[in-house]
Amino acid sequence: MVEAPAVPQEEHVPPRRGWYRRNEIAITPWLFLAPGILFFAVYVIVPIFQSFDISLYEWSGLGSVAENGEYVGLANYRDILGIGPDETMDRDFEISIRNNFWWLTLYLLAIPFGLGIALFLNQTVAGIRLYKSLFFFPFVLSQVIVGLVFSWFYLPNEGLLNAILEFFGGEGVNILGDPDTATFGIIAAGLWPQTAYCMILYLTGLNAVDPEQVEAARLDGAKGWRMLWHVILPQLKPATFIAFVVTVIGALRSFDLVAIMTNGGPFGQTNILSFWIWDVSLGEGGLKYGYASAIAVILFGIMMVFISYFIWSMWRDERAVRR
Amino acid sequence: MRSMTAALAASTLLAGGGALAQDALSGDLVIFSDMSNPAPRAVMEGMVERFGEMHPDLNIELTVIDREAYKTQIRNFLTANPPDVANWYAANRMLPYVEAGLFADVSDLWAEPEIAENLASTRGALTVDGAQYGVPYTYYQWGVYYRADIFDELGLEEPETWEEELANCQAIIDSGRKCYTIGTKFLWTAGGWFDYLNMRTNGYDFHAALTNGEIPWTDERVRQTFANWRELIDMGAFIDDHQTYSWQEALPFMVNGEATSYLMGNFAVAPMREGGLTDDQLGFYQFPVINPDVELAEDAPTDTFHIPSGAENPEAAREFLRFVVSPENQTLINNGENLGQLPVNASSSVDDDKFLQEGFEMLSSNAPGGIAQFFDRDAPAEMASVAMEGFQEFMVFPDNLDDILERLEEARQDIY
Repeated sequence: MVEAPAVPQEEHVPPRRGWYRRNEIAITPWLFLAPGILFFAVYVIVPIFQSFDISLYEWSGLGSVAENGEYVGLANYRDILGIGPDETMDRDFEISIRNNFWWLTLYLLAIPFGLGIALFLNQTVAGIRLYKSLFFFPFVLSQVIVGLVFSWFYLPNEGLLNAILEFFGGEGVNILGDPDTATFGIIAAGLWPQTAYCMILYLTGLNAVDPEQVEAARLDGAKGWRMLWHVILPQLKPATFIAFVVTVIGALRSFDLVAIMTNGGPFGQTNILSFWIWDVSLGEGGLKYGYASAIAVILFGIMMVFISYFIWSMWRDERAVRR
Repeated sequence: MRSMTAALAASTLLAGGGALAQDALSGDLVIFSDMSNPAPRAVMEGMVERFGEMHPDLNIELTVIDREAYKTQIRNFLTANPPDVANWYAANRMLPYVEAGLFADVSDLWAEPEIAENLASTRGALTVDGAQYGVPYTYYQWGVYYRADIFDELGLEEPETWEEELANCQAIIDSGRKCYTIGTKFLWTAGGWFDYLNMRTNGYDFHAALTNGEIPWTDERVRQTFANWRELIDMGAFIDDHQTYSWQEALPFMVNGEATSYLMGNFAVAPMREGGLTDDQLGFYQFPVINPDVELAEDAPTDTFHIPSGAENPEAAREFLRFVVSPENQTLINNGENLGQLPVNASSSVDDDKFLQEGFEMLSSNAPGGIAQFFDRDAPAEMASVAMEGFQEFMVFPDNLDDILERLEEARQDIY
């Protein structure tokens, strides 16, 4: 009789593991995300819905909305947009939207400017690191300081700009005092740090450009614009995308420069939506929280158009990678 | 020695205050203040120290908040975490808080003879629907501060009528200077000009009705005010590019002699002196008469103390308010070394400073028409902001007047 090999009689019983251990892989990421999600919900998501809610009330910001606010439905939106019989669009809204449009369009100039400087600095010369950091410097400065410096630069009598103009025989100008030029003066100030930001994005992007492709293109006789357009730029696409995102968002929320340089003036002509929200609720024109919330919701809507586009295009790219 | 003076001070206060409860104050007294500039801050801290010596059992917590930040924070702390005493401003500026029930009714204080008799002049500015909601602690005059040395050089006298004013201004312009410096970047300085021109053209009652929204902005009388204003603008009386400057940035024009006068509150005197102007170079005159048929009226903004409705120690808060407005304290805190402004208590004495003397004289005997607070304190905040923006635009583009007035009228119909 052949004895069976001595194997343990019992079946293998794995050591008992806790619920957490069994689900570790699925749960751990959520645990790490939890603090972020919590704060994001409390400080971003919930306030968005609160803004929607408050925008339906006429409320002075004093006491609670429920007690001291008066429910007015969509009246705030009708007042702002001028919907309904004998209503006209709020003049400040008209001005703000127009200025926001200029901000969005002209602020995008930071991208080609940034690319230009990045290409210029992308070479190996003695001390190039120093030059790069000097070009990056404006982005390190606080926006408030940038605004202050530029408003001194523009000053009608003592300002450097007028000194230069007069040296070349031009006439003195008061850029920030003239309703036709003030917004452009502020945008120019905003472009200074934003260009530096785009430059740094492109400089890192240029490090990742594949030298072999450049070599191959060169052998095929590409140079100058053709090289830039067909070989370099396609490889910089991720950098361009990020530069586009930060510039658009930056243009829509450019509050500090307006507040510092003109305070919305002269006579409200440099208002933009974000500054106007502040002025209507917290500023001197104040205590219209319901109205300000309605403006905030409209600004949110405009931003959503861009944000949706960004998210959609990121999602599309990721899907393309997975295939 | 210290406790002796404290006891002495306490006994005088008790005697002065009349029938007060004998039991000493205790517990916490929380004070939020916007007196954050160096001199006002020292005044506030000094008052707390002296009040604390009188009431040794009372634990006083003083929080001083930056003056501009205070304007937004007050909305939060009055609802969320009300102190026992808080600073604010009189008239329409306090109305939203009174209407929201956030400031306590202190009419009982105003019924005490000590306060009723001595503070009568500011009673109206703190009254809403027949009840009082705070006490004043200081106020200051507005008027024209001018370079006396330049007036002498050109052989000019202080103008008393509009014709003299225009003639003076023409002479100043002919000498290559501007008549008035002003910085309208933050708008309210233009509100001061409107206040005076309108009160001199149409009188105090009309001005009060206008800021109360009872008169359309397109009214012919309002247009007359702007027509008078335009005379100065068309002469080139105001400095160029004023829409770019704050009121402080407009000061150098006066200090350097590029402009000769400044329509301002008395707080402008200190920086002018610091800028190097001596009292011989600086003069003050009351805004000249435009329409001889209306009585002279003045702007004199009043700063105040209030007790929030949520105060936990209202007894101590009331005692502090009594202390603030008492004649001795008023004389002390408003003197030249401290606030350098006018005391609100009629039994106090005014400092020897020549501008304070002139201002006090003007307000007490030469303003029969009435005393206004200031445009942005008399008109509701929203109306004030729209209107002052319009004033600034008018000063730069006087031809836009029709458009501006239409806009103000539309705003008036929405707001009131």
